[in-house]
Amino acid sequence: MVGITSIGGYLPRRRLSRQAIFEAHRWFNGSLAPLAKGTKAMANWDEDAVTMGVEAARTCLSQGDTAVVGSVLLASTALPFVDRQNAGLIKEALYLPDEILTLDVTGSQKSATSALISALRQAEQSTGKVLCIASHLSVDRPASESEISNGDGAAALCVGNERPIARFLGAHSVSVDFVDHYRRTGSDHDYRWESRWVREEGCLKIITDVVGETLGRLDIDPEQVRYLLIPSVVPGISPKIAKKLNVQYEDVTAELQHNAGFLGGAHPLAMFVHCLEQAVPGETIVLVGFGQGCDVLVFETTQEVEQCGRAFGDAIRAGQLTENYLRYLVFRERLDIERGMRAELDQKTALSAHYRDRKAILGLVGGRCRESGIVQFPPNRMSIDVDKPRLDTQEEYRLADIPARVVTCTADHLAYTPDPPYYYGMIEFDGGGRMATEFTDVAEGEIDVGAAVKMMFRIKAVDDRRDFVRYFWKAVSTATN
Amino acid sequence: MASGIKDKVAILGMGCSHFGERWGSDAEDLMIEAFAECLDDAGIAAKEIDAAWLGVAFDAMNIGPSGIPLSTALRLNNVPVTKVENFCATGTEALRGAVYAVASGAADIALALGVEKLKDTGYGGLPARTRGTRFDMLGIAGSAPGNFAQVATAYGAKHRISREQLKQAMAHVSVKSHDNATRNPKAHLRKAIDVDTVMNAPIVAEPLGLFDCCGVSDGAACAIVTTPDIARGLSKKDLVSIKALSLAVSNGWEIQGSGWDGSYFHTTRIAAKRAYEEAGIEKPREELGLLEVHDCFSITELITMEDLFISEEGNASADVLDGFFDADGRIPCQIDGGLKCFGHPIGASGLRMVYENYLQLQGRAGERQRREVPQYALSHNLGGAPNQNVSGVSIIGLLD
Repeated sequence: MVGITSIGGYLPRRRLSRQAIFEAHRWFNGSLAPLAKGTKAMANWDEDAVTMGVEAARTCLSQGDTAVVGSVLLASTALPFVDRQNAGLIKEALYLPDEILTLDVTGSQKSATSALISALRQAEQSTGKVLCIASHLSVDRPASESEISNGDGAAALCVGNERPIARFLGAHSVSVDFVDHYRRTGSDHDYRWESRWVREEGCLKIITDVVGETLGRLDIDPEQVRYLLIPSVVPGISPKIAKKLNVQYEDVTAELQHNAGFLGGAHPLAMFVHCLEQAVPGETIVLVGFGQGCDVLVFETTQEVEQCGRAFGDAIRAGQLTENYLRYLVFRERLDIERGMRAELDQKTALSAHYRDRKAILGLVGGRCRESGIVQFPPNRMSIDVDKPRLDTQEEYRLADIPARVVTCTADHLAYTPDPPYYYGMIEFDGGGRMATEFTDVAEGEIDVGAAVKMMFRIKAVDDRRDFVRYFWKAVSTATN
Repeated sequence: MASGIKDKVAILGMGCSHFGERWGSDAEDLMIEAFAECLDDAGIAAKEIDAAWLGVAFDAMNIGPSGIPLSTALRLNNVPVTKVENFCATGTEALRGAVYAVASGAADIALALGVEKLKDTGYGGLPARTRGTRFDMLGIAGSAPGNFAQVATAYGAKHRISREQLKQAMAHVSVKSHDNATRNPKAHLRKAIDVDTVMNAPIVAEPLGLFDCCGVSDGAACAIVTTPDIARGLSKKDLVSIKALSLAVSNGWEIQGSGWDGSYFHTTRIAAKRAYEEAGIEKPREELGLLEVHDCFSITELITMEDLFISEEGNASADVLDGFFDADGRIPCQIDGGLKCFGHPIGASGLRMVYENYLQLQGRAGERQRREVPQYALSHNLGGAPNQNVSGVSIIGLLD
């Protein structure tokens, strides 16, 4: 019986005050006032849909069984590459085997639920599991409602047949070109139609019809539905739809919206993860995706749902408040500031060299000498045992999931970084292995000699001249993360 | 069994340009300035030079690659010109080439010249640049202050020295060098400063402040070396000979192994041991009379006192604050102002250090002259970062 076998979610550390956004735009658009409550999760300059997807997936894969991942689906309308497989980047970062199917699913706000349906169908046909990730980096024009409401984040689900936490009862999909909003390839913002029309002709009609049809086909009594998850940025929709369907309604993901925001194409899966963490066994959950049609999936939680933990809920409640809206505009490339000459450093990547070193760069795979047991990063032909260097004795040894401690560090106010100061130093991994590393998401005082850190997948450098993004791993304090 | 180079090579002449922001001079001007003084000091004609070593660390930013720029600037006689680079230890590397050529008998008279024209970069400090294909993908595009600040953090943590105490000791180092440079007409920076100024200066890379960091300069320095016999034949007086010239290069142990605690320079300790052994020095704290070390950052100078086995491990601050290394102290360090104030044209610095030591040994250091002429003068020249670097140590002394 196929279903969800493990879950994970990721939110960036910063929470941008919506009040601060509103204050900046108040002179132009005072009507944003009602939306100025709470915060939005704000990705760091070195995060994007791929990096956040990786982190959600890592959380998801760290629980659950060890069945081989047979395919990776990444759903997002904010992918950094239109043609360079983004799911493939995630596969490298997760150090999954090369024998795998990877798939980017994009083009709509229902990409995540469509991907999930595909994942479930795939898992039904195989013994392995399917990793389904949804991720969003907000792409909104300043002073828009979207900007203040939307947030950045990712969610991931493993789908398989072994002891699911929620079994899949069925799904139904409808596709219609209802364009509540759209974004053209290469554009940096959405265009939206009147929200009253979207609510009346779109959500209230289409979602209600498709949910009703789904419950009918699956022979599920509306009164049996415990949670109805509708990812809608238009306020007040969900209780109305629930009422029309005779389904109870509880805003079980209110905290997610209030603290992190509407996570765009990732929102359906983020809601689902947040809900599962709060659910108890034997509950029926209806998950909706809406965007040029509607997907509806129905699940029932099992005893295993009690193992879910609260990691995503904790992440929603945590976070570092910031009121610096200007930094947000600079990070999202809405404001072109003077970065100084040191920023002119050419970040060209030799793709041939990058391919040779892809495991070290994308997977943080070092080497462990099979004779001495010594771990090193990066892997070299000659092992690091300087008393007896050995040639070609290292086996692949992944460091990404191993905790580490700071050996040396500094906060550099001179070298160029998009988010000064530039924190870097040297760390040593438990069990051996050392590397020079950048630190990211640093709050003052967190990084000092001896501090405990973990590794996260981030953007290393952006090559503006050639439109390329190079990724690598950075260390983050585990004190509050 | 190698027989070493001790006393096989004498310095025939040295020259050094003014260091500083030489807006009106290009690399060729700087080379000629240093070379002219050197040639005059040597008392020979340029065509008597058999081979040359050119040291430039950032050739892409100034004179370009190969040995051609030296040969062209000085119109050498199509002699071999070897271009060398080893980060900030380039100057010592150039000298090594020339000295080893003479010691081996491959050349009678050899030239070593280091030059750096960095003030066309467009901003202060070292130019941001690639460090190699693989490094750029895996390494950190940090700054020199950021790299060296880490050794301060680790040193303070290891020896339980508070940030305040460490900054006080580092401040003394810089104040002392600034004072020394007021007596040096060729120095880049010639203004005295006080400890408060240093302590309150803006932080460049925690915990290093503005006055803990040397700037970069334009400049050139050069040496002509030969055998003691040839030097005597040319009536050179007060011969200064090379006692040792060692170099140690990181092999990855610091940054990939697990034994280094980040608080000292592993290669300096090795280079120092080798140099002392070759020179026959057993008690450096007693036998050395003068030091020019790589004070790219005040913390580097401080820790180097321990890495040269002059101060006890963890005790350099005490020696520093005691004035042990002041101009009137037991072993003056950077009596000419050092990298901090004389300046740091990267490829020339190693040679500039030997220049001052050489002048002091010959009693020609003018206002800076140490009354007690040292028996041995040591230079220490470090290139790279604390976690991977090249460390060169030279020891020179009067021959007779």
